[in-house]
Amino acid sequence: MFLKRLLSNDMPRSRLLALLLVALFLALAFAPFLFPGVKALSVAAKILVFVVLVASFDLLLGYTGIVSFAHTMFFGIGAYGIAISASRLGPNWGAVLVGLGASLAISLVLSLAIGLFSLRVRAIFFAMITLAVASAFQTLASQLSDFTGGEDGLTFKLPELISPSFEFAEEPFLGVSLDGRLLCYYLLFVAAVVLVLAMLRIVNSPFGRVLQAIRENEFRAEAIGYRVVVYRTTAAVLSALFATLGGAMLAIWLRYNGPDTSLSFEIMIDVLLIVVIGGMGTIYGAAIGAVLFVVAQSYLQDLLRMGSEAASGLPWLAALLSPDRWLLWLGVLFVLSVYYFPTGIVGKLRARAAK
Amino acid sequence: MTKIDFDWKPLLLAPILALVALPLTGSFSTWLTLTVAGLAMGMIIFIIASGLTLVFGLMDVLNFGHGVFIALGAFVASSVLGLMGDWTGSGELWRNLVAVFPAMLAAMAVAGAIGLAFERFIVRPVYGQHLKQILITMGGMIIGEELIKVIWGPAQIPLPLPEALRGSLLIGDAAISKYRLLAVAVGVVVFGVLAWTLGRTKIGLLIRAGVQDREMVESLGYRIGRLFVGVFVVGSALAGLGGVMWGLFQQNLVPQMGAQVNVLIFIVIIIGGLGSTGGALLGAVLVGLMTNYIGFLLPTLTQFASIFLMVAVLLWRPQGVYPVANR
Repeated sequence: MFLKRLLSNDMPRSRLLALLLVALFLALAFAPFLFPGVKALSVAAKILVFVVLVASFDLLLGYTGIVSFAHTMFFGIGAYGIAISASRLGPNWGAVLVGLGASLAISLVLSLAIGLFSLRVRAIFFAMITLAVASAFQTLASQLSDFTGGEDGLTFKLPELISPSFEFAEEPFLGVSLDGRLLCYYLLFVAAVVLVLAMLRIVNSPFGRVLQAIRENEFRAEAIGYRVVVYRTTAAVLSALFATLGGAMLAIWLRYNGPDTSLSFEIMIDVLLIVVIGGMGTIYGAAIGAVLFVVAQSYLQDLLRMGSEAASGLPWLAALLSPDRWLLWLGVLFVLSVYYFPTGIVGKLRARAAK
Repeated sequence: MTKIDFDWKPLLLAPILALVALPLTGSFSTWLTLTVAGLAMGMIIFIIASGLTLVFGLMDVLNFGHGVFIALGAFVASSVLGLMGDWTGSGELWRNLVAVFPAMLAAMAVAGAIGLAFERFIVRPVYGQHLKQILITMGGMIIGEELIKVIWGPAQIPLPLPEALRGSLLIGDAAISKYRLLAVAVGVVVFGVLAWTLGRTKIGLLIRAGVQDREMVESLGYRIGRLFVGVFVVGSALAGLGGVMWGLFQQNLVPQMGAQVNVLIFIVIIIGGLGSTGGALLGAVLVGLMTNYIGFLLPTLTQFASIFLMVAVLLWRPQGVYPVANR
């Protein structure tokens, strides 16, 4: 009963999916102890950030049916908020809060402006306009180098408590040293869990149902009496705010931010790939997809390197299997998944369970 | 659109923009240089955008992978021009043009052929579904970009202009680069051929009729499906041609150039009204002029100039300057 409430009554509805989600949750919860090593922990942290970012994008794409390419802009605003305030105000919690508050405020205003402006134009324009706005913002971020560090980005310090130099216990616990980095990981973990549950709450509320109605048939939703414009804008703003929080999480983990880390168009493409492969219109799909993607991004390259070496006799095959071409294979997977299972992994699993 | 109710107001935008810029730039010769440069840039942008607006306007396909054909055209041209070193290196204009012409043809042929495959495997399953079109053509672009990296390598490669096309002509005090004159000529030809084909030939008539009422035209015995595949191929080939022009304009190529150009061409076709060839031409010229004037007056704002322009136009006409009816 409690679990049902916690998940806002949106159960996985597939035994395999439930199993996957539980395994995923446990793996992330105990990642520092299960997967030793700096790289593994970074991968786990990146997964947490992407789960939030992708779920926030799903709010827009999957639930409301709006294609936006400006999502990484809000992600970047969150990351720059933390970066700029921490490098100006010094490593204290006040700076983190100020940065978070300021970036949320900026995202709110910007997303409201884009949302209201886009109401004047056709829905298809929205995708293209956001693409233009996002590219302008990226240029702006690299041009205001006094403020944002330009192309080099900003490296900054955070409060002692969550920095690697802080050790709160002499003895390692289960072979893991108890330091600030561990605390930082769990800060992200808690944040990610809370944010994902909050998003689940939103999409399963009456508000979320209206969004889905708009996605399915805008004209009918309007005819029933819902102000489509208001709902769309609210969804855009909410999604932007969650993305901002995801960006702040990224900056807190990396203690660095630059245009390529949080603003680049590549990240936008990654997010799009994850949403579609995981399953649009299911917050769980964002989580499953993010894990699959980040793990593939981090480890598929090693696998391809092996394949490329094995195929070294055939130069063209070796070139196709080169570890730098991992995105090619993901792109193929993406096209195939739009082709054959448009509902993504989660949709497929649910459809199988429903039979 | 009949001639009687032709909407001439948007056409005034370009001269107004030029007239506003005249006192701001200070000297007439600078203004002339900037204006011709802007027109030429506009023509190049029009060539790369024309294919996209054709595919959208006629087939209702939102091709976010259009940039791949642009990059592909430019890379093919660089290979062809690389093979013809003694023709491009020669100082005689006609030999240079003879070298550029097959490069353009090869670029168009390859881009068109890949467009045929792209239509079959990427676009065909998602006709009529805009959301999926955006997603799947985006996926197609990723694949295409990566394949370009496999074939030509991930690094940027130079694409120098042939000897005789470098430098500029002096008209009074105004310097006008020779390549830009070529660009204007090519752009005018492309626009002329498109307008003539769509407006004056039987194929154009059938295409327009097919857009209006597909079943009716098919029941008369014409295969609209085949015709539309042809439109897609032509759109891709035009992107390839645009890629050659843009590549020679930038003089160096990166595999990501398609995605970079995408932003610019989206702005252009949004201003133009998404699907209208004439609108795209006007949008491209406006963007070209604006970019050149702002680049001279306020260089830091160059990147934003075209976006300001788009926002301003959309506030005036939310559907773009020449919206395509029935959509």
